[in-house]
Amino acid sequence: MRNVVAILALIAGLVLLRRRRAVPPERVELYFADGSSVTFAPDSAQGRRLLPLARRALASARS
Amino acid sequence: MDPAEALADLTEISTQIESALVATPTGEPIASTLPDDASRALAEHAVRLLDGASDGGAGEEPTHLRVATREGCLFVVRGETLVATAVTGAQPTTGLVFYDLKTCLRTIVEAEPAKEPKRRAPAKKAAADA
Repeated sequence: MRNVVAILALIAGLVLLRRRRAVPPERVELYFADGSSVTFAPDSAQGRRLLPLARRALASARS
Repeated sequence: MDPAEALADLTEISTQIESALVATPTGEPIASTLPDDASRALAEHAVRLLDGASDGGAGEEPTHLRVATREGCLFVVRGETLVATAVTGAQPTTGLVFYDLKTCLRTIVEAEPAKEPKRRAPAKKAAADA
C-alpha cells in the first residue's frame, strides 16, 4: 500500500513539474537597430511597467 | 500593396498570428484584422508599449519588441512611417513572427507612390538686375 501511494505521489509530482515547465516565463524583450537586445524579467522595473500594458493589449485583441 | 491586403497575406502565411494591425506612430489604426474598437485599443497599447520601452532604456529606442505573458505574446515592430502589431499564442516562433511583420510593413511602404523630392524654385534675380 505504501509503495502505491509513493508511486502515485511521484507521478503527481512529475505531472506538476511538466506543467510548470510547459508554461513559458513572462518577459519583455527589446530589440535595437544595431542588432542588440535586452530582456527584462517580470520583477524588473521595465517588466512591472510594460507587462500590465501588454496584458491589456492582449485582452483588447481577444475581447 | 494595400495595407489590408498585406495584413490578409500576413495572417494567411503566418498561422501563429491570431490578429494583427498596422497603425500610425501615434496609434491610429490603418488596417486591422480586428473590429474597430479592439483595433483602436490594441494600436494605442502598442504605441504606449514602444514609448514606455524607450523611456526606460539608455536613450536608445527599440525597433521592435516582444512581450511574453501566460495568456500569449504581443509583437510590435516600428517601421519608418508605420507600426505593425501582432498577437500570438504563448509559444510562437519569435524570429518568424518578426520577419513576417517586417515583410508586411515593407510591402506596404514599397507600394506607396514614390515621393519626388521637392525642387527649390529658381532664385529670383536680384532687384539689381532691374
